[in-house]
Amino acid sequence: MSPVPSRNQCRGKAQSFEAIFAKVLVRFPATQAGSAPNGARWIAVQPLEMLEVARFLKSDPDLSFDSLCCLTGVDLLKFPTDAKDAPPCTDLACVYDLASSVHGHEVCVKSSTSRETPEISSVESVWGVASFFEREAFDLLGVSFLGHHDLRRLLMPPDWIGYPLRKDYVYPESYGGVELKREGQTFESGPYK
Amino acid sequence: MNTPTQEIAKPGNLQDEQILLTSVDDFLNWGRQNSLWYLLFATACCGIELMQTGGPRYDWDRLGMIPRPTPRQADLMVIAGTITHKMASRVRTLWEQMAEPKWVISMGSCANAGGPFSKFSYSVLNGVDKYIPVDIYIPGCPPRPEALIDGVTALKERIQTYKTFGRRDEPIVLQ
Repeated sequence: MSPVPSRNQCRGKAQSFEAIFAKVLVRFPATQAGSAPNGARWIAVQPLEMLEVARFLKSDPDLSFDSLCCLTGVDLLKFPTDAKDAPPCTDLACVYDLASSVHGHEVCVKSSTSRETPEISSVESVWGVASFFEREAFDLLGVSFLGHHDLRRLLMPPDWIGYPLRKDYVYPESYGGVELKREGQTFESGPYK
Repeated sequence: MNTPTQEIAKPGNLQDEQILLTSVDDFLNWGRQNSLWYLLFATACCGIELMQTGGPRYDWDRLGMIPRPTPRQADLMVIAGTITHKMASRVRTLWEQMAEPKWVISMGSCANAGGPFSKFSYSVLNGVDKYIPVDIYIPGCPPRPEALIDGVTALKERIQTYKTFGRRDEPIVLQ
């Protein structure tokens, strides 16, 4: 990620993922570490703890994550799980990419929430840039961010129904009196099913 | 070799007395088509081509095309780019703010029919003609400035036949 200065430019000391996760785990025992086959690692956080974790990550002098590079919403519907007999995943998740310009390290934090009540506490008060990111995630995936000062749709019209980037989204047949159904093309035949 | 003969000025010759007889519509249309002020409005990459066309290389100022920052002074609206559902109502508002007579050019695939977004996009309108009437459709993704000038030339021909109390003409689709 480019916003992070190179390590010899930073005045602090870069921490490894293990060290960062160990610090977070002491303070928040409910957090878990996750990893992907490609070597990516992240800290999985309880959705309603997210604000506290964010405050800690930013204010702790050894961590000093002063920059939220990216906040992405993800629909984990039908996402493959490790356990064999586990029910299919239906969660919605948010991915936070954090960087520290003090120490030159970075970390990925994920927080997944249920599809029925998708609620994650807002980190807008910690990183101001999250305000627009969270509005976008709310608009396209329907994740409600508790504590956001102005959670409105950002890209879609305010009276749009549904959340378009959810995998089970069904495109409306008309909007504002305009026919939206495409000729010879039903949504069910598309790549989303 | 024949030399061009010069007509002797005679009293009563209309040309010499600088008098032109025409109908009001013809005269107004002549003025309209040679001072087409267009709304400076672009929503996507077609807008880059629109700016190019207004730039020094293609210089469509010479056709009487002057950009206007407000729809209230504009005669022509060039829909240059993708129109989303959220933008469509704004486009309609801008079009309604323009004074009659007014014309609309739909520039590029997105404004014509949704373009690359027409199949599965959740947010893009499939053709701006669902919200406002379009006079000229210019194909291309994006159209080159030559194509845009071609569209304006076609529009000028159409304006010349504009009738103040007539019916609206059918749209033209350029090939």
